[in-house]
Amino acid sequence: MAHHVRTDYGDSDPLFPSKAAMFWYAVLLAGLIAAPYMIESYYLSQLVFIMIYAIVGVALNILSGQAGQVSIGHAAFLAIGAYFTAVAQKHGVPLVLYLPLAGVFTGIAGYLVGLPALRLHGIYLAIATLAFAFIVEEIIARWESVTNGNEGLMLPPPSLFGLKLGTEGFYYLCLLVTVLVILAAINIIRSSTGRSFMAIRDSETAARSMGIDTARYKTTAFALSAGITGIAGALYAHKMSFISPEMFSLSVSIDFVMIIIIGGLVSLRGAVFGAIFMIMADPLLIILKDKVPLWSDALTHALYLPDSVTAAIQAGVLRVVNAPGLKSLIFGIIIIVFIIHEPMGLDGRWLRVKAYFKQFPLARQRAARPPRMFLKSERR
Amino acid sequence: MLDFTQQVISGVALGCVYGLIALGFVLIYKATEVVNFAQGEIMMLGAFMSVTFITTLGLNYWLSFLLCVIAMAILGAIMERLVLRPILGYPQFSIVMATIGLGLVIRALVGIIWGTDDLRIETPFTDGVFTVGKLVIAWDALSIIVATILLCAALYAFFRYTRVGIAMQATSQNMLAAYYMGIPVKRMFSLIWSLSAMVACAAGILLAPITLIHANLGFLGIKAFPAAVLGGFGSIPGAVAGGITIGIVESLSGFYLPEGFKDVAAYVVLLAVLLWKPQGLFGLNAIKKV
Repeated sequence: MAHHVRTDYGDSDPLFPSKAAMFWYAVLLAGLIAAPYMIESYYLSQLVFIMIYAIVGVALNILSGQAGQVSIGHAAFLAIGAYFTAVAQKHGVPLVLYLPLAGVFTGIAGYLVGLPALRLHGIYLAIATLAFAFIVEEIIARWESVTNGNEGLMLPPPSLFGLKLGTEGFYYLCLLVTVLVILAAINIIRSSTGRSFMAIRDSETAARSMGIDTARYKTTAFALSAGITGIAGALYAHKMSFISPEMFSLSVSIDFVMIIIIGGLVSLRGAVFGAIFMIMADPLLIILKDKVPLWSDALTHALYLPDSVTAAIQAGVLRVVNAPGLKSLIFGIIIIVFIIHEPMGLDGRWLRVKAYFKQFPLARQRAARPPRMFLKSERR
Repeated sequence: MLDFTQQVISGVALGCVYGLIALGFVLIYKATEVVNFAQGEIMMLGAFMSVTFITTLGLNYWLSFLLCVIAMAILGAIMERLVLRPILGYPQFSIVMATIGLGLVIRALVGIIWGTDDLRIETPFTDGVFTVGKLVIAWDALSIIVATILLCAALYAFFRYTRVGIAMQATSQNMLAAYYMGIPVKRMFSLIWSLSAMVACAAGILLAPITLIHANLGFLGIKAFPAAVLGGFGSIPGAVAGGITIGIVESLSGFYLPEGFKDVAAYVVLLAVLLWKPQGLFGLNAIKKV
């Protein structure tokens, strides 16, 4: 395994870990730019959703992964960004203006939510963000003069500098925003702000003793995270072209937390992996829904079971497959399994696979195993 | 004034249910420092089981109540063993997510087993009313209040006088010291989960007559958070007092304020309390060591 020799302080956290990484990211970007000409419109649409979820994942990574603050109410920020966009567009504000403004506006909301976070930690904070999300959802449903209540708002297609953005145009807009957000996030993380976030995450008391203004950085983390989610909300509103309060419910917030749990809290790459997983799970489940009854049918026939047993098994399979809560059952199991068996998420798995190939014949299982964790009391 | 008293009484009844769910949170949190986001779903599971015992099997209400509580105690211990034990000591965020996952699984399974229709059970209290002057109190509401008082007394006696109860108290005060004293801490965790599932199950069955039993009943568990936080998340009387406060606030705001306030009143109170007293009304102010 080649070791990188650092000759400069700037080497300790470069934008790209190596020249090879820079090359592969360039290839990925080129692939994404070429994508509209190469893949079907359905997959293009899925890609747009992945990018929107990835932006939210990056936002949550900054808040939870870097600064260690919990939020299970991020759907509220998405909603604020989306409704800001809808209202701004109705009043004729151009896209170049309202897209960043959606971020700024939501960022201010995030700052306000961050204020209670100064005095709360752990579980109290999680519950406070949950309460905030419920209140926002209710306000949107009731403030009919602006939000049109439960009937929702329609959004005309976005236009940039007087040009109507079609499917491809919107895809490129999302790609641009995603790349910019990820670059910005990397730069925040490797700046002194990012290091302060990590210090707060690892130990708030220690960070305060080191002279870090924990209050300022905690609200900053909330504002940044909310702002980025607000931008995602603006894109989301345009992608859906219709928004209503029930699109921003608690289950959406839980989906967002799943992005970073499944992807891995440690790095931004995890947020992207998590977004891909969350978006592609849906079409995968639909395919499985069609295939599983066929497979079970083939299996029962292959085993020469009596007809009555075959019919009973088939009925059972169909009942489970068509059950309304199947998706949340599978998602629930995925969350639990990931937390127990893969606490570093998909990103951790990726790093281990990479390390395995790098050290190929010498790789040892033990070295890759995460260290055991012991119960530490949060009390005195 | 009559309206007001009427609303307060129905608020107290609903608040007792919140209090019982919050009690489940507090029991688990005190002993294991885990916040169980699946508590509402466990309550819902209890209510659905009572449907099976009472309506489908046609058993007596009291017998069904007992069977449900026993079944939930076993299920609670199983949940602890399968989901929570392996992640003992993980960051709180991960544990919270695991309990949310558990909640999703329970809700989905309930939907698959019992379907998504609204169900109801017949209880000895159905349709009975009790009048004091012009005040009308439904038997249902009264049963909840009485049962909450009895349950609290039973829990108090359990923690005060039984060996297991005292061992649980020791575990929740200092796990390491309890372990050194020979208390089987892991088994205590399972027992605490059983106990909390039992309380949740009782809450579910008591609640069943006043709201229909449906697959979204579990969301009431989220409403119990404000109750637990108001009570400081570590205090058993605090949880019940918090629950009753939230119940009264909710029922009064539903009656006097415009539509929509009822659903968020609990959360507004919660945020206000957190801003004013971050450790809750009954909480202790602890400074954490590095």
